[in-house]
Amino acid sequence: MLKIKDLHASINGKEILRGLNLEIQAGEVHAIMGPNGSGKSTLSAVLVGNPAFEVTKGEIIFKGQNLLELSPEERSCLGIFLSFQYPVEIPGVSMVNFMRTAVNEHRKRKGETPLSAGEFLKMMREKQSVVELDKNLVNRSVNEGFSGGEKKRNEIFQMAMLEPDLAILDETDSGLDIDALRIVAHGVNQLKRPDNATIVITHYQRLLDYVKPDFVHVLYNGQIIKTGYSELALELEEKGYDWLK
Amino acid sequence: MKQYIDFFISERQKIDESCPLLLNSFRETAFETFRQMGFPAYQSEDYPYTNVAGLLKDDLGFYLNLLKPGINPHKVFYCNVPNLNAYKYFVVNGHFFQEAEKNLPAGVYLGSLNVFAERHPDLFLRYYNQQASQNGDGLTAFNTLFVQDGFVLYIPENVVLEKAVQLTNISRGNVDSLINRRVLVILERGAQAKLLVCDHTSEDKAMSAATQVTEIYAGENTSFDYSELEESNEKTVRLASNFVRQAASSSVTINNITLSNGFTRNNYQIDLTGKQAEICLHGLAIADAQQTVDNFTIINHQTSNCHSNELFKYLLDDEATGVFNGKIVVLPDAQKTEAYQSNRNLLGNRRCRMYSRPKLEINADDVKCSHGMTTGQLDEAALFYMRSRGIPKEEAILMLKFAFASDALKGIRLEGLKDRLTLLIEKRLRGELVKCQGCF
Repeated sequence: MLKIKDLHASINGKEILRGLNLEIQAGEVHAIMGPNGSGKSTLSAVLVGNPAFEVTKGEIIFKGQNLLELSPEERSCLGIFLSFQYPVEIPGVSMVNFMRTAVNEHRKRKGETPLSAGEFLKMMREKQSVVELDKNLVNRSVNEGFSGGEKKRNEIFQMAMLEPDLAILDETDSGLDIDALRIVAHGVNQLKRPDNATIVITHYQRLLDYVKPDFVHVLYNGQIIKTGYSELALELEEKGYDWLK
Repeated sequence: MKQYIDFFISERQKIDESCPLLLNSFRETAFETFRQMGFPAYQSEDYPYTNVAGLLKDDLGFYLNLLKPGINPHKVFYCNVPNLNAYKYFVVNGHFFQEAEKNLPAGVYLGSLNVFAERHPDLFLRYYNQQASQNGDGLTAFNTLFVQDGFVLYIPENVVLEKAVQLTNISRGNVDSLINRRVLVILERGAQAKLLVCDHTSEDKAMSAATQVTEIYAGENTSFDYSELEESNEKTVRLASNFVRQAASSSVTINNITLSNGFTRNNYQIDLTGKQAEICLHGLAIADAQQTVDNFTIINHQTSNCHSNELFKYLLDDEATGVFNGKIVVLPDAQKTEAYQSNRNLLGNRRCRMYSRPKLEINADDVKCSHGMTTGQLDEAALFYMRSRGIPKEEAILMLKFAFASDALKGIRLEGLKDRLTLLIEKRLRGELVKCQGCF
């Protein structure tokens, strides 16, 4: 599904990713761990086409297409979704209007007709229950005045609405209490299908207790320096990263 | 300027001919004032970016002694705010379009300024040109000098006019012309009313300039809701001066919206003269191409316990120019004043220009006042977030601009107007409102 080859990326002229390789098949969950500054968030930003980052070398093939040639909106419609580490507040744009525009753009690209207001609201109600999102939140502006936990739940709610093929969870566990973590993880698991894949970027083992990874990668200095199975995460929790350097 | 002075002297008879004696009686003093002051000087403190003398060029035609407007506005005009449950009136090229008398509550007057002067000479003399002559400049004197007609809204004591009033100004002609019109609003103690004034230009071949002087007198315990919507074209010059005098416990809301225009200058002077008076002054300007919107406001807190809330938002693109000059003055006796002023501007590119001067002048010590201004571009983080959900860049920009603008509509209480404006602004931002759609 996703193939990253010798990826180099920089921000403001500073190289962060230095030859990263990664391959992901449908149905898999990959965890990416690593110390601060190793390039985890840069990888997620580059995958969704954040214009602040510049890809200087390498390629990303997603579902047979060269991802680097596509705009962020095209990537989204092709099935890539990023759950932001820091979701953005957009005062004045209502959640309903925001999601309805997004869902209908996705449908348009697939050649489907836009949802009517009634169909859309029904879909919203269904998906809200996945992450137990307070129904009043969708009547507010996007993320405006949401608590940290509500923002993260809102990310997973959007993921449920857009049903991506590849979901990237960038530190979705940070700032969550245990209950919220369980709800978010439960949501992610419910959205798992044999034909989609998930990348979980995290510092800690605790999210992986709930979302079981098939593979664990250690990112260090812009490269993946070790890949293992889920036990690797436990080992990292215990020993830290120093023994790998 | 000289040609206007000469014109007044030589054409006095024509200027006076179709107007009542009382209206004409104000011209002599205005003539002296205008001769002394002239048009406000370009690059002076209050007019740094608006060259009035340059805008009102020599060869503009006047609509004088126009007993009947050449058109029936009901036939040629398509209102852009339909379904508004309102008493509807038209002023065409500065002249009131006489309607069949409407069934109004006792004592209420809605109609021509000229007729009002004849029917209610005592009220006319008590209010007409009082604020304009006291606080006005050469531009208001110029208007008084040449004014032909206008609109009056008069509500007697304790009468509540439930239904809104809609006044539509139409400028229409094939030659470059200048219109001088008035609006006079008098609310006696305890009265309530809502007024929407729409400005339209129907001809885009000729230049259409207008000076408009609006005087509002809000008596004790009155409530007045005033919205102004300009939807004209790039050949339109609008020079509007608004004077508002508020007595104790009066509540006035003003929403000024420039949806499309050429060159616009709006002056507001608000005098809070009685305790616990409240003013909410909101403005929204959407400008692109070479349009200019210059808003100049003064709010005088003359006495204690008054409240003012001012918000002006500008959405600029292309080579548009926006000017906000806002001053709040708290006089020494005005303790317990609450005054808030905010100016927010969103610039679509590097070519448009925004000039902002927020000012506070506080001469009392027990007050709550704040003012703030921000000028910036679209929030890149928000834009990327929206795109990452599949919303195309152009659509996301539109949604963000719309969100920015709609904030300025919050104060609109006129039923039906807010929804309609929401739609018009969206159309405007999509470029579907390239010219005035109000007339055809």
